[in-house]
Amino acid sequence: MDVQTLTFIIVGLSFALYIGIAIWARAGSTNEFYVAGGGVPPLANGMATAADWMSAASFISMAGIISFAGYDGGVYLMGWTGGYVLLALCLAPYLRKFGKFTVPDFIGDRYYSQAARVVAILCAIFICFTYIAGQMRGVGVVFSRFLEVDIETGVYIGMVIVFFYAVLGGMKGITYTQVAQYCVLVFAYLVPAIFISMMMTGHFFPQTGFGATLSDGSGQFVLDKLDGLSTELGFAQYTEGSKSMIDVFAITGALMVGTAGLPHVIVRFFTVPRVKDTRISAAWTLVFIAIVYTTAPAVASFARVNMIDTINGKDGSGTEYAEAPAWVKNWERTGLITFNDKNGDGKMFYSAGKIDDPNSANEVKVDRDIMVLANPEIADLPAWVVALVAAGGIAAALSTTAGLLLVISTSVSHDLLKRTLKPDISDKQELLAARLAAMIAIVISAYFGINPPGFVASVVAFAFGLAAASFFPAIIMGIFSKKMNKEGAIAGMVTGITFTAAYIIYFKFVSPELNAPAHWLFGISPEGIGLVGMIVNFVVAGIVLKLTAETPVEIQEMVEGIRNPKGSSAAHAH
Amino acid sequence: MAFKDEEQAKAYWAENLALLFKLLAIWFVVSFGFGILLVDVLNEIRFFGFKLGFWFSQQGAIYTFVALIFVYVFKMNTLDKKYGVDE
Repeated sequence: MDVQTLTFIIVGLSFALYIGIAIWARAGSTNEFYVAGGGVPPLANGMATAADWMSAASFISMAGIISFAGYDGGVYLMGWTGGYVLLALCLAPYLRKFGKFTVPDFIGDRYYSQAARVVAILCAIFICFTYIAGQMRGVGVVFSRFLEVDIETGVYIGMVIVFFYAVLGGMKGITYTQVAQYCVLVFAYLVPAIFISMMMTGHFFPQTGFGATLSDGSGQFVLDKLDGLSTELGFAQYTEGSKSMIDVFAITGALMVGTAGLPHVIVRFFTVPRVKDTRISAAWTLVFIAIVYTTAPAVASFARVNMIDTINGKDGSGTEYAEAPAWVKNWERTGLITFNDKNGDGKMFYSAGKIDDPNSANEVKVDRDIMVLANPEIADLPAWVVALVAAGGIAAALSTTAGLLLVISTSVSHDLLKRTLKPDISDKQELLAARLAAMIAIVISAYFGINPPGFVASVVAFAFGLAAASFFPAIIMGIFSKKMNKEGAIAGMVTGITFTAAYIIYFKFVSPELNAPAHWLFGISPEGIGLVGMIVNFVVAGIVLKLTAETPVEIQEMVEGIRNPKGSSAAHAH
Repeated sequence: MAFKDEEQAKAYWAENLALLFKLLAIWFVVSFGFGILLVDVLNEIRFFGFKLGFWFSQQGAIYTFVALIFVYVFKMNTLDKKYGVDE
């Protein structure tokens, strides 16, 4: 059977599984729609959260980015997992005890202010949309390559599937569907990685494989070979990277605090019955995330060696284009690989520099997003592994999209309608509003999937920066400081957001030509500026606190209450 | 009320913060410390086929994070029992 037929079968089977689960777990009441009645076991919740957390970006792009950036790519590994530690230790147990559905609920109640609630709702919706646009695009890319349909059809198919289990199933459907999706995506990620590790180093575990010697008889370590190749071809050493230390520090920090404030992940911890369960379910989640995140850098190294060896040939003089393997031609058709035979010798050659620059020997441009998808083909693995990776990529994109859609619909129906605009809304109307909001959100995100704004990557940096500079400090102070009042929190959020947004907009949109280390504040790139924004937020909040009235006694008692793990309300209580 | 008196609540919170502080110190050292600030020094050391600083940044920090959260869960459950606020 060919790759395409196998992809149809494997992706089709996985879809049948997800839809089946969604129908089986169809939600009956508002509470079930939001949080599965508080009855999800911690281990299952851990897997679902991991699937929620690992987006198409983690699955498809991350190893590719590391493959091209080497050591610098570590910011994503440390940033995303380290942020998770902050979430598990400093936020999740307390927010669970607080016992409301959403992050804006917490901000609004803790800071006794509708203004703060509305700011939080807008931030949550903005962050979620930014993410979703990328996810829908990811689904489209996978479909267009493996099913040989155009990207629009790919996005439409994804839209219908998401609609079924997110809108009809609600949270309970999502939780169990995401458990299934985690299993599919982790299997799809590990199988090719283990295959390749065995082939290249004889190690079963990719995690140790990329620190071992190559089994091609040279006795050379994988990373040493990679460092050698990188230097030879004019790149920075793979294990050293090229970013400055302060920038690596700031980006890691911004990603950590930014991800700790992600609303669609936080809401996941409201689905377990007790504070104790929140803690252990957070621990399981990180185990499930770590399985993929420790494999990713190994995949990155192997893919890099394989790619360079295939394009430049074993002797490093280039491979005849006419004899190029099928994956080069396949991806060339999608426009994600470009070959420009500058010296006209009919051979492909890959090195540093741009392919249209006559001073560089480089003739091949490889889009980093294809590394994970193309990896099994580059390593010449069986067709069913290639098909499996397609199913995994789709599982990753769909699971995250569904979680994000749920936050958007909750923000609209619960935070905006019930808590702010129309408090007397009935349970039934609220559920209807939630479903309508999810539907509208799907349509809008499909639009962005088909017509992606040219600056998706910039917008993602924006979302992390905003979350780092706004949500994170407000929640941390809300839990760990009884004194922090609404004036301080709002002033902190507003200055933090304004500072971060202004910096990013200036370098990304107003004067992109100045976007270079020489012009950056302290040498920190727009990707890392959220860390500075967070510090600004904390400082401003502290100063304003000194100048304004004290927090009311009942709020101080509420903070006492969330610090005591005993007696969580049921997950559905208002 | 779960705590016997306010003293107990205060003592519980103080122990909770002390634990958090210790765990976050380790969190900082393995990632920002070993993986970033000290990376050049540690890269002089070989750990199998890895440079040690590089290994911390792409592997070691993550393993430590997983261990940290499990230690947290275990210690917090013990603490809850000690103060009679376990469920």
